[in-house]
Amino acid sequence: MTEWMGISAMKINNIGYLFKEGIRGIFLHGFMSFAAVCVTVACLLIVGTFSAVTYNLSLMITELNKTNEVTAYVDETLTDAEARSVGTKINRVSNIAEAEFISREEALQNFIADHSETEAFEGTSADTFRHRFRVMLTDPRLLEQTKADLENVPGVVKVKATEEIAAGFIMMQDVVEMVSMLIIVVLLIVSLLIISNTVKLAMYDRKDEIAIMKMVGATNGFIRLPFVVQGFILGMIGAGIAFGLEWVMYDAVVARIHEVDTFGFFTLVPFQELLGVMVAIFAGAGMFVGIVGSWTSIRKFMDV
Amino acid sequence: MIEFTDVVKSYSVGTHALRGISMQIEDGEFAYLVGPSGSGKSTIIKLITGELKPTSGTVHVNGYSLERIRKRELPFMRRTVGVVFQDFRLIQDMTVYENVAFAMRVIGAREKEIRERVPYVLELVGLETKSRRHPKELSGGEQQRLAIARALVNNPSTIIADEPTGNLDPARSLEIMSLLQEINNLGTTMLVVTHEKDLVQRFHRRVIAIDEGLIVSDGMDGYFSYEDQ
Ligand SMILES: Nc1ncnc2c1ncn2[C@@H]1O[C@H](COP(=O)(O)OP(=O)(O)OP(=O)(O)O)[C@@H](O)[C@H]1O
Ligand SMILES: [Mg+2]
Repeated sequence: MTEWMGISAMKINNIGYLFKEGIRGIFLHGFMSFAAVCVTVACLLIVGTFSAVTYNLSLMITELNKTNEVTAYVDETLTDAEARSVGTKINRVSNIAEAEFISREEALQNFIADHSETEAFEGTSADTFRHRFRVMLTDPRLLEQTKADLENVPGVVKVKATEEIAAGFIMMQDVVEMVSMLIIVVLLIVSLLIISNTVKLAMYDRKDEIAIMKMVGATNGFIRLPFVVQGFILGMIGAGIAFGLEWVMYDAVVARIHEVDTFGFFTLVPFQELLGVMVAIFAGAGMFVGIVGSWTSIRKFMDV
Repeated sequence: MIEFTDVVKSYSVGTHALRGISMQIEDGEFAYLVGPSGSGKSTIIKLITGELKPTSGTVHVNGYSLERIRKRELPFMRRTVGVVFQDFRLIQDMTVYENVAFAMRVIGAREKEIRERVPYVLELVGLETKSRRHPKELSGGEQQRLAIARALVNNPSTIIADEPTGNLDPARSLEIMSLLQEINNLGTTMLVVTHEKDLVQRFHRRVIAIDEGLIVSDGMDGYFSYEDQ
């Protein structure tokens, strides 16, 4: 906080100086700056891609949960009214979002509708079907537990779930989230170190100037700021390039999937829908690596 | 005003650079600091600029207590003290003008002030016709005058110089010493570390002599007792 004192005492006419110095630092070490931007771009691309995948997976899982139904069959010996009243008990089970009663007549109609060759089932009586409840779960991860709970509800004789697909997606989401967290952390650190080193080089070059600045009484904030600006500019250039590339790549992947996946099983949201999230991620990460990267290198350098 | 009270400075266990220095330099005064190599002269300079803290004792500079100054106050103390070194410490890729302007700019001066003040100090040190040159295009004496202009430009109340003539021939040295006297006549407190016995005797000013970290004499008679010249 102390160094901000010096900054707050600055006048507007110094802003031009700061940016000029920051940009000078970048060109002084063109190759290192280029490397720093490249690494930042690579990091942010991966960060962005993992974020996009995670976002789409969670959307798909939400979508799947809506169709992922558990069916609870009701004891045949119960009357229609008794069968309906089982719904109250089902609703009391934890993790139940919704339970919808389906009579054996409706079940028959659904069955016939699901099978195109209707003639084969002509004459099939509704009696072959049981009354049932279509149950929606709040958290599909707890399927096993909820299934057991439902089986214990008096009046329910059997519980069936179509679990495999959802379970697969959930595992994928968990893995992607974990892996992306790890990779993101590692890459952010790498990009931080590279920016930090680039800034350190610029500072090393100018250690005589820095010594003179201290000698004549420049505040630490003032001495640091051009380097923070340099890191910030490097981070933001990296973020800008990565953002553009991410957009192009994402659109290409969406188009490709659209071509291959004729069932529309994988649906990726268009990039425009991710725009807000992506801008926030890229700008935030670019700023973070830029400012933190330069700040840490300066801290070590500045202590007299 | 510069005031040392019982100042001890040890760099590490065993090296006692200063072993109890007490002295006072009033506002507007001119004093030479002399002593053999390794006697502690540069250590005194570094204590005044806040580069070092005393091991014990107190150092007061222009109203700041340096033994307990806060880190964020240090720059403001330094603005009251201009410093000149034997090796000039100029920025080689800046012109004469820019070297001086830089010292103003980095403490947040306005461009307008800079444009008015820089030519004034360049004229004071006699470099007004060389403002567009680079340091390597100047003689040693001129480079030192540039360093003095830079030390002066923020109008410090005190200037300290650590062997400002160490790299100059006798004629240039005399010029620089005369310039420092002139600046002192304008009201700036001046503390000059030097080995130049002849020059010191010529100017009849206060001479503080130290040896092995202790003051051995302090007065107007230009006392010299060390042998390394
Ligand atoms: N950074 C340091 N670490 C340890 N000892 C030091 C350090 N700087 C100086 N000294 C020691 O402190 C003593 C005083 O040094 P100082 O530089 O003040 O001498 P000086 O009077 O300026 O000498 P010179 O005339 O050669 O410049 C010397 O013995 C020196 O070796
Ligand atoms: Mg010395």
